[in-house]
Amino acid sequence: MTSLDLTIALPEILLALYAMAALMFGAFFGKDSVATPILWATVAVFLLLAVLVGTMAPEARPAFGGLMVDDSFARFAKVAILIAGAAVLAMGQDYLSRQDLLRFEYPILVALATVGMMVMVSSGDLITLYMGLELQSLSLYVLAAFRRDSARSTEAGLKYFMLGALASGLLLYGASLVYGFAGTTRFEGIASTIQDGQLSLGLLMGLAFMLAGLAFKVSAVPFHMWTPDVYEGAPTPVTAFFATAPKLAAMALLARLVHDAFGGAPGDWAQILAFLAVASMFVGAIAAIGQRNIKRLMAYSSITHMGFALVGLAAGDLVGVQATMLYMAIYLTMSVGVFAFILAMRRNGRPVTQIEDLHMLSKTQPLHAFAILILMFSLAGVPPLVGFWAKFSVLAAAVNAGLVWLAVAGVIASVIGAFYYLRIVYFMYFGEEREALDGDVATVQRVLLTVSAAVMVLGVFNLFGVDGAAALAAQALAQ
Amino acid sequence: MLNLLSIITFTPAIAAVILALFLRGEDEAAQQNAKWLALVATTATFLISLILLFGFDPQNTDFQFVEEREWILGLSYKLGVDGISILFVMLTTFLMPITILACWNVTHRVKEYMIAFLVLETLMIGVFVALDLVLFYLFFEAGLIPMFLIIGIWGGKERIYATFKFFLYTFFGSVLMLVAMIAMYVDAGTTDIPTLMTHQFSAGPLNLMGWQIAGGMQSLLWIAFFASFAVKMPMWPVHTWLPDAHVQAPTAGSVILAAVLLKMGGYGFLRFSLPMFPVASDIFAPFVLWLSAIAILYASLVALVQEDMKKLVAYSSVAHMGFVTMGIFAATQQGLDGAIFQMISHGFISGALFLAVGVIYDRMHTREIAAYGGLVHRMPVYAAVFMLFTMANVGLPGTSGFVGEFLTFMAVFQVNTWVALVSATGVIFAAGYGLWLYRRVVFGPLIKASLKTIPDMDRREKLMFAPLVAMTLILGIYPSLITDIIGPSVAALVGDYDAALAAHEGAQVPATSLAQN
Repeated sequence: MTSLDLTIALPEILLALYAMAALMFGAFFGKDSVATPILWATVAVFLLLAVLVGTMAPEARPAFGGLMVDDSFARFAKVAILIAGAAVLAMGQDYLSRQDLLRFEYPILVALATVGMMVMVSSGDLITLYMGLELQSLSLYVLAAFRRDSARSTEAGLKYFMLGALASGLLLYGASLVYGFAGTTRFEGIASTIQDGQLSLGLLMGLAFMLAGLAFKVSAVPFHMWTPDVYEGAPTPVTAFFATAPKLAAMALLARLVHDAFGGAPGDWAQILAFLAVASMFVGAIAAIGQRNIKRLMAYSSITHMGFALVGLAAGDLVGVQATMLYMAIYLTMSVGVFAFILAMRRNGRPVTQIEDLHMLSKTQPLHAFAILILMFSLAGVPPLVGFWAKFSVLAAAVNAGLVWLAVAGVIASVIGAFYYLRIVYFMYFGEEREALDGDVATVQRVLLTVSAAVMVLGVFNLFGVDGAAALAAQALAQ
Repeated sequence: MLNLLSIITFTPAIAAVILALFLRGEDEAAQQNAKWLALVATTATFLISLILLFGFDPQNTDFQFVEEREWILGLSYKLGVDGISILFVMLTTFLMPITILACWNVTHRVKEYMIAFLVLETLMIGVFVALDLVLFYLFFEAGLIPMFLIIGIWGGKERIYATFKFFLYTFFGSVLMLVAMIAMYVDAGTTDIPTLMTHQFSAGPLNLMGWQIAGGMQSLLWIAFFASFAVKMPMWPVHTWLPDAHVQAPTAGSVILAAVLLKMGGYGFLRFSLPMFPVASDIFAPFVLWLSAIAILYASLVALVQEDMKKLVAYSSVAHMGFVTMGIFAATQQGLDGAIFQMISHGFISGALFLAVGVIYDRMHTREIAAYGGLVHRMPVYAAVFMLFTMANVGLPGTSGFVGEFLTFMAVFQVNTWVALVSATGVIFAAGYGLWLYRRVVFGPLIKASLKTIPDMDRREKLMFAPLVAMTLILGIYPSLITDIIGPSVAALVGDYDAALAAHEGAQVPATSLAQN
């Protein structure tokens, strides 16, 4: 281990050190009374690290003999994860302190989960992959059950833990098969054992198990069952976190695994991903129609969106990876905006999460209602909003790879999905007048909601250059 | 004026942004300001678009006033007009001030209403001037958002059902078109519309899951585009969203829907289906002709039994759009001239008819035909205006309604006599429902107590109708105003279409003769 290796892993090391220091500080100085400063400090650390990662040298650098890779793909994902994490932490502060839930462990757990995600997207080896994934998952299990005195939250945490453990088991089993048949855990090593674009039976089995495990993490159908319950049961700031950074991390990990390790046999995994994509798009879209709770609705919505993101990966080439990363970045932005508002949904000081509570929001909070309107149309993929460009890029990748049927399935699912996004608009704009929601929205939430909606509109000019960054990221992966 | 088209397209949007940012308050004065600003903006847009009309050279069949800029994801922001699209731009800019006048009595959320219409105008103009496939799609599809809100917020009792149906129907149609557009992009390597018009999409037979598809890729692309434009037109049998949307939409919304939004479908056929997929268009032409004939006959019969005035006019729109598709897929100079003429003229006539319904709706708050009768005694001016547009709708010579129908009939008669026969029957029914509606509403004794005090049209309403009356008569008497502008472009389109078909035949004949030997 040389000092260079440590500088390559510097962001992860710094964040881990910060988390431990904050834990010590919190434990010795006043516990929950210092929760708010720790939270804001964590936000600041996230943002600083995002700047640090974003401005690092562009070339790819392996560390620890290839266990970790720092390349433009990892950096793209890390910047997105850090910014999303910072946004979610910041907008949850008001909610948590109102609910008397703001414990100092909360930002620390988020930071540790983020370390895990950063390791995940940088992994160059099955062992690193698993370590990162587990560090992330264990932190998330605790976060889901964060509201200790609520049965639903505990249930969500337990459910997430049980199913997550099962998924980890599948993943680990797949990894052991891959190791057994390839003789190495290093991605490059696995790639070099693939000949003529065909996987041996053992590797194929291993790959299938690993994909199943990762499909659970991105909540792709048929491994999605935990998502609605956990989204609904977990405290809303935690739900917001679930819906954003971990999704991108898992999707990026998936992209890296299939390309860096199994890129030699795209035919074998592209089919599996195409199936996951179609199933997720349709199940998510259809099941969301009947939902009354906006958190559950967002859960199904995220399932649909993961399906769309998988369409890009199912294309099996780097154009597809670029599309997927662009999709995820845009999806994160939309989710942050929507959850910033969900966090602010209160009536007489009590949080509410029913869609019907939005009745005639356009009367009482016209600006917020309009922002949500934009976000909903963007989630539905209506041009010119940025959500359309996300869909456009993955569909183009699919057609480019000859998967026209997948693109057709995708657009049909998006029409079904449009219905429930329109339903939210219906409640806000065409509904009947009822008791209004509380109008005092925290500044951070207001700003994030507005910025997110503005990005959806102004992105039509140049997508803020994210498409170029995503292209650069995709180039870093092995074809 | 290098950016003339951009200026025309985005003037209304800029006005909308100004309204959104700087106009505060809900009081009377603020409402007046919103309306005046919208009226000034739309009128200014119309005046600027006149520069376009006078600067346009009809003899030049290329795209004119072209602007091009780099855009995202390898696409380009490219605008331009030719003889086919320029009149649709003019139609839109001409009708918008009238539409704004038509919502002068609205008091509910006036500012938002004006913003919705201004944004909608930008998107409608954008559809007609876009020269990039995806840019076209963007404008085409984005128009759904303001229309969804216009029907949903300011519509009638059943507005929720109507607006969801409107949105989901059209959305479903157009997403298939999106996939086709991406496929074209992958195949041709560009989204530039003029280049795509010269690109030969493969038309060889294609085997898809055991099905032999004549016309191959062209047919599949054609079907995807057809799904979108047929819903938008709307053609029978996917027209069912239209009567609902029309009935529930506020008057101004109906006017725009009938006068401009429906034309996007016809424009799409002219811009994409015919020039880009000539072989497939030829294969499917009989199918479309028959659908059009059914639409004319069926919609006219349905219109005959309507009890709601707006629904009646809506079904009459479906019938008139049947003439448009019929003319387009006759694929001759006369047919296309007739179809475009019919679309422009229908823009004025149907717009005026919806306004006419709106005038009495504003007074009585009902659209039931049975609630009226004998209006001529109290509203002579209204009766005269309504008479003119009823006659124009029926297709009386001397009005613009006649020219379009006559040209399309001529064209179709040469292509397929039976279709012409069936649709001519429809025209007779059209005269039936038009005249009967007029008799029931305007003539007869004035017996209903509620109508005894109904006032005639005021100055604003007269101002609203005057330009429409003028255009309907001028175009009816002097149709060359339009055909001179569209003629050369249409001739070029028909020429290219026939050449492409001949080339395809030429490629096919050796193959078949080889098979026979």
